[in-house]
Amino acid sequence: MKITEETIKHVAVLSRLEINEKDLGQVTEQMSSIINMADQLSEVDTAVVEETVQVVDRDTVFRADQPEHWQDRTELMKNVPDQANGFIKVPVIINKDEDE
Amino acid sequence: MNYLNEDIDSLNQKLAQGTLEADQLAQDTVANIKQTDDQLNAWITVQEDAKPDQDLDFAHHKLAGIPIAIKDNIITKDVKTTAASHILDNYLPVYDATVIEKLKEAHVTFVGKTNLDEFAMGSSTEHSYFGITHNPWNLDKVPGGSSGGSAVAVASGQVVAALGSDTGGSIRQPAAFNGIFGIKPTYGRVSRWGLIAFASSLDEIGVMSKRAKTSAQVLNVIAGQDEHDSTLSTRAVPDFTRFIGQAVKGMRVAVVKEYLDAVDGDMHDVIEQQIAVLKEAGAIIDEVSLPLTKYVVPDYYIIASSEASSNLQRFDGIRYGYRSKDAKDLLDVYVKSRSEGFGEEVQRRIMLGSFALSAGSYDRFFRQAAKVRTLICQDFDRIFADHDVIVGPTTTTPAFDIGSEIADPIKMYNNDILTISANLAGIPAASVPAGLVDGMPVGLQIMAKRFDEGSIFKVADFIERSNKFYEQTPTGMED
Repeated sequence: MKITEETIKHVAVLSRLEINEKDLGQVTEQMSSIINMADQLSEVDTAVVEETVQVVDRDTVFRADQPEHWQDRTELMKNVPDQANGFIKVPVIINKDEDE
Repeated sequence: MNYLNEDIDSLNQKLAQGTLEADQLAQDTVANIKQTDDQLNAWITVQEDAKPDQDLDFAHHKLAGIPIAIKDNIITKDVKTTAASHILDNYLPVYDATVIEKLKEAHVTFVGKTNLDEFAMGSSTEHSYFGITHNPWNLDKVPGGSSGGSAVAVASGQVVAALGSDTGGSIRQPAAFNGIFGIKPTYGRVSRWGLIAFASSLDEIGVMSKRAKTSAQVLNVIAGQDEHDSTLSTRAVPDFTRFIGQAVKGMRVAVVKEYLDAVDGDMHDVIEQQIAVLKEAGAIIDEVSLPLTKYVVPDYYIIASSEASSNLQRFDGIRYGYRSKDAKDLLDVYVKSRSEGFGEEVQRRIMLGSFALSAGSYDRFFRQAAKVRTLICQDFDRIFADHDVIVGPTTTTPAFDIGSEIADPIKMYNNDILTISANLAGIPAASVPAGLVDGMPVGLQIMAKRFDEGSIFKVADFIERSNKFYEQTPTGMED
């Protein structure tokens, strides 16, 4: 299966990762060999086989449907990388000029 | 305190009799870790102020006051949990994993968190943001992975037991490389709540220790009951220690031809020897075939990477974890934080997973892998219809040299060929020391049908008593 640099760039966008132009050739080559290793699976005849996504018989786990105060806000904010006035702070999403 | 000649029973007895104080035990454990870990790098966080609970009830809680190591992808409230990643290097959890809650109820003493391959992705513990862990049998060799830190902590006598996690062999392969026992229970036996997810349909928390009985005692505490994990089985959990000391006479043991063919030379001989010991003791040995073995590595890497790419979406630099300083807009926060925060192997697997799940590839890769998984499960069901256990080698070679495989991902991935199937089928599997090859330990893998960990403990304990490997101590550490 032919994997091109364009495919890898597209996969990087889907993955929310960036690849430097200088590394692109090497990453493509490496991903290509891994994908071709994985493609060996197409040799297996699975025409009449169902998929397995979960191996254990599912026993539904129930718990009482009661709201509870599980976490303290300050506790939860402890790990937030950037915050202001008790809110999580992120870079501007809507540019003011675009809004006008 | 060094635990090479101790187990939970011996420590519990000394604590109960008062010849050993729990406080002293905690302090001595931390002191020994600090003294030996310069060479090994088995730990990411050592809790220097580790303190046992007060008024411990040693009669009712076998594990009371006993220091245990925790792999650093298991969430511990107020103790840094990093998954060995830059993206979580300062993460302070606000809750405990269920296994930690259960160990707290048993009054275990927590002494810290052990090193691993980043997000448990790897077979050598070379892919850690916190540096490489070294094998105590030979410091130039890898300890295996991804639970390399936990394996080394046990093998070097820093602790008597450790928790690990196993997605494709991450407990059994390092157990084999370090000459200890390690068990991955049945999928659904132990709650995954609070285990930082890698591949949710394959991940399982398990135990590593020098003796099988020790792992049975810890598994007794962490297995079963949790309303937070919908994949957890509601089956009753037996007392696993009652399988220790039982005879193997009459047990039906399958030996997989493809597994034995995967090893050669001295390693083949060591494994054959252990099988011969079982036969001599009255076990019935049959050769069987698992013809799909050659497909388990590609099958695993498609499924595991697809689930990983989905699970690791949550690391976006917004609510917790590393955030890039250079991000100019929101998309930039995601892309830059992830690109700077994740290591090379993790990025590789996210990309492979995104590829396998993408619109043009889903049927050919993910759906096909899920179908092949069905056939692998059916093969095991067929063997377990008339066998109690499968035994064979855990790995194809003993521990390899540090740096020798890291540049070749496919070579590294193939290290797991003998352990992966158990995760795909959700069956329990363990590795017990089989002997030494060129001065390095090799492991015998034991697999059983779902929820039959008992048969594994029975065989592992028998092998332990036969070869007495536990009397050997690692030879690679410098004084």
